[in-house]
Amino acid sequence: METITHGKQYMQAVFNQTLEQNEKIFVPYIMAGDGGIESLMPTLQQLDQAGATAIEIGIPFSDPVADGPTIQEAGKRARETGVTLHQILDKLAEERHSIKAPIIVMTYLNPIFQFGVDRFMEVAQSAGIDGLIIPDLPLEHESFIREAKEQHGLALIQLVSLTSSKERIKQIAEASEGFLYAVTVNGITGARQTFTEDLATHFELLQTYSDVPVLAGFGISTPDHVQSMTKVADGVVVGSQIIQSLQAHDTNHIHALINAKDNQ
Amino acid sequence: MEQSQGSNGMYGPYGGRFIPETLMGAVQELEESYEEAIQDEAFQERLQQLLKQYVGRENPLYYAANLTEEIGGAKIYLKREDLNHTGAHKINNTIGQALLTERMGKRKVVAETGAGQHGVATATVCALLNLDCVIFMGAEDMKRQKLNVFRMELLGAKVEAVEQGSATLKDAVNEALRYWVSNVDDTHYIMGSVLGPHPFPKMVRDFQSVIGRETKQQHLDVEGQLPDAVVACVGGGSNAMGMFYPFIDDHVALYGIEAAGEGVETDHHAATLTKGSPGILHGAMMYLLQDDAGQIQEASSISAGLDYPGVGPEHSYLKDTDRVQYLAVTDDDALEAFQLLSRTEGIIPALESSHAVAEAVKIAKTMSPDESLVICLSGRGDKDVEAVQEHLQG
Repeated sequence: METITHGKQYMQAVFNQTLEQNEKIFVPYIMAGDGGIESLMPTLQQLDQAGATAIEIGIPFSDPVADGPTIQEAGKRARETGVTLHQILDKLAEERHSIKAPIIVMTYLNPIFQFGVDRFMEVAQSAGIDGLIIPDLPLEHESFIREAKEQHGLALIQLVSLTSSKERIKQIAEASEGFLYAVTVNGITGARQTFTEDLATHFELLQTYSDVPVLAGFGISTPDHVQSMTKVADGVVVGSQIIQSLQAHDTNHIHALINAKDNQ
Repeated sequence: MEQSQGSNGMYGPYGGRFIPETLMGAVQELEESYEEAIQDEAFQERLQQLLKQYVGRENPLYYAANLTEEIGGAKIYLKREDLNHTGAHKINNTIGQALLTERMGKRKVVAETGAGQHGVATATVCALLNLDCVIFMGAEDMKRQKLNVFRMELLGAKVEAVEQGSATLKDAVNEALRYWVSNVDDTHYIMGSVLGPHPFPKMVRDFQSVIGRETKQQHLDVEGQLPDAVVACVGGGSNAMGMFYPFIDDHVALYGIEAAGEGVETDHHAATLTKGSPGILHGAMMYLLQDDAGQIQEASSISAGLDYPGVGPEHSYLKDTDRVQYLAVTDDDALEAFQLLSRTEGIIPALESSHAVAEAVKIAKTMSPDESLVICLSGRGDKDVEAVQEHLQG
């Protein structure tokens, strides 16, 4: 069997291949340890087989200020099982080979800082992690982890918001690796009914500046949302709704969300 | 030069802006607006006028002759922040930030509160300036501080109960931040202490520095020289930072007093600088109470105003550079000081301030009668009498 070198380049290759086949990118988010550490790999395998292009894994944190109630609750459940960042990375290291999709770790900065930035990047690389999302690490503080993540070949995915100035959008888009995460609402994560109307113009601007795919996220919860977002973006990230569907064992809804991406 | 710390938002390795991108625009706007405002004579005039006529500044630097005699050491002075409108130093900051809210063309305010003192001070200035006001407060704290909840509502604020986490101050900050992210276009967040992303720690310190500036001048007027020591309690650290900052470059010993709760050797304390370690929370790098995995722990103190697992980035820096000595006082010692000041001077201090009183009398005892020590009496204790009664009878 061919050995894959994980990291920024693997994620880019997978995304490029997807887009070249005229398909869109779908990234589901799960909370590591929600349902116990033993459920982590089966859940990843399920999403991988269902057609996820990449998978985002949230690390439970005591104070997730960028997250809405669904992800907060999932994090709380996960913490109550006693799951730690160490266990999550160990588990991935053991069974990473069973999943084809690139894996992105989403964590607040403090758990990385306490783990030790260098050590975290080293362990993350050997666990086969491809990229990182750190919602409380804005561009200004990227130097905090830059050297370590570059040494270990991990992609640092930047978030850009509707409130970002044009100048910042340019800086963030140029700095982002793997993909550019476009936050589609002013707010925290979680399911929503509506989005602002001038998203198309916003995404045009993002695409102009970005060398990497532009993915929409926050508040995307229905196949209709997925369909309308993939009209303007290269793909979507779906979090809270995936967590709810997994909890309800509603695999049909997960399939419906994923299938909606190429259903133009 | 110590005074230059904070101009770029960093205090040594502490501070910064560790926030979601959605808030970055608002925080940058706030910084620009603040830097402009402090250069603007009209803004300063309005602020000074309100501090004088509405808050009741300047408040006295009171020589506590009875306490001094009882302790038998340095002369003890009290900076009477308890005499401000709303009964604590908190309003020095909320007045300033409410004027900034107006200046930025925003009509809505969000804030967090623990015991309710900052919430009341925020609701008060929002009533004055006719701003919409939402206050997030832990559900547990709401139960413990029913009267302050009613005060805020009376002042026209909407008080939102926070059920997440331990349902106390830390969780109220999380929820206020989430609300701000979702309403950032028309809402300003009035942070209650020297915490959060830049420019909050600097701005709150600057608004609170009126405490130290007045103290300095008042002490010079009476004693002809600066005090030998200054003591203030530290939760997030706003009264202490406001008191210390004008003295930073002087030969004055500075003491910050944290809450040791049931004792720093137990799991029930709020002694962040004494027992914590550096980390990132609520937008800044600072000392935190946390476990090995970087999960934030709950703080615990009899005084709800000190009950926070972090401490301002500038305090974190002043600890590392040894410019300020940080010590911790237990619930029991604070309760004793609460009674001591009530009995000797007829002044009932807030439980927060009682921590400063408790350590200050120990320090004063080791000093000579020709030296002097200033305690920042950050708030009055009326809000605490019921809780203290329960403790003493329980």
